[in-house]
Amino acid sequence: MIDLTDALAAVRGFRKADDVVITTMAASRAWMEGGMQPLDFTFVPSCMGHATSLGLGLALAQPQRRVIVCNGDGSMLMNLGSLVTITSQAPQNLVVLVLDNGVYEVTGAQPTPGSAEGRSLGHAVDFAAIARGAGFTAVYHFSTAEAWTAGAAQAFGVPGPVFIWLDVQPVPGRAGPRSPGPAAQRAQAFIQALGVRR
Amino acid sequence: MFASEQIVSTLASLGVTHVVTVPDSTIGRWEEGIQQSGIKLVRVCREGEAWSVAGGLVLGGATPIVMIQCTGLFESGDALRNMLHEWKLPIYSMIGYRSYLNQDTLPGDTTLVFTEPILAAWKLDVRLITEPSQLSVIAEHYRACKAAAIPGVALIAEGNA
Repeated sequence: MIDLTDALAAVRGFRKADDVVITTMAASRAWMEGGMQPLDFTFVPSCMGHATSLGLGLALAQPQRRVIVCNGDGSMLMNLGSLVTITSQAPQNLVVLVLDNGVYEVTGAQPTPGSAEGRSLGHAVDFAAIARGAGFTAVYHFSTAEAWTAGAAQAFGVPGPVFIWLDVQPVPGRAGPRSPGPAAQRAQAFIQALGVRR
Repeated sequence: MFASEQIVSTLASLGVTHVVTVPDSTIGRWEEGIQQSGIKLVRVCREGEAWSVAGGLVLGGATPIVMIQCTGLFESGDALRNMLHEWKLPIYSMIGYRSYLNQDTLPGDTTLVFTEPILAAWKLDVRLITEPSQLSVIAEHYRACKAAAIPGVALIAEGNA
């Protein structure tokens, strides 16, 4: 298992200055604790499950810029079809990370239906197989901090769409992420940071 | 009600860059023309996705519309709420109004009961399009919504399921 903060530290390490990073749920909280940049999109408040779809739209509109989506496993399970939508468009500038802690952490760490604890058969779903089945060809799975540290360069170095599945340690008892400000104002600030002219 | 050429011409004149869609038997007939026009077609797996994909496109500087059936509107709720009302992204949509013109396929279709009240509940600016002569109404409404930076809906009456 990888500590969530360590998992995101590697993302920070490979993030280029003009990359967009979208975070949601527990990843938003942890990412904000590490400091923010104008091209960070804290997807709080969200429509749970839709960070991948939002990231796809951004990647299509900004093809010169890489978009990194830091998603949770519960969120991913809510919108598995988005993986198929992503590969149908095949944006080379999109990276989807699933930070898999097996629980809905912000609501009290109840098991997801994809986790071993949440399933009658007792074994977790295979996100790598799901991603491959959805059409991703660049698929990575890391279960330890050492493996993630060693493999992140390759995962961030190949053309997208890329799917990275990380087994992370849940942090039970932590509060959910707070919105860093009114969403509409943050949307406009983000548009400005992208240099979009209307 | 509208030929593909009419819709494509309207969308092109409005500067639409992407159509994010799940087809039905009416709007699906416009896909080929949309693709041939150079407007990018983004097929999503279910309609809720359409709003967040369109939201990302708007943030990134594109000009998408969402094109779905009213049944897809029913499944879109949380994504629509978040994108249009929390992030206040002015996404325009064309929504097919199933069975409005006839109920031959689905007598008693409950979409006729729920579609307009749900659009009202979501506080959306709607134009109901029931006649072929109203094509220009769509363009006028789109421009008005864009000028006001608000979302809008062209509710397109359909005859078949």
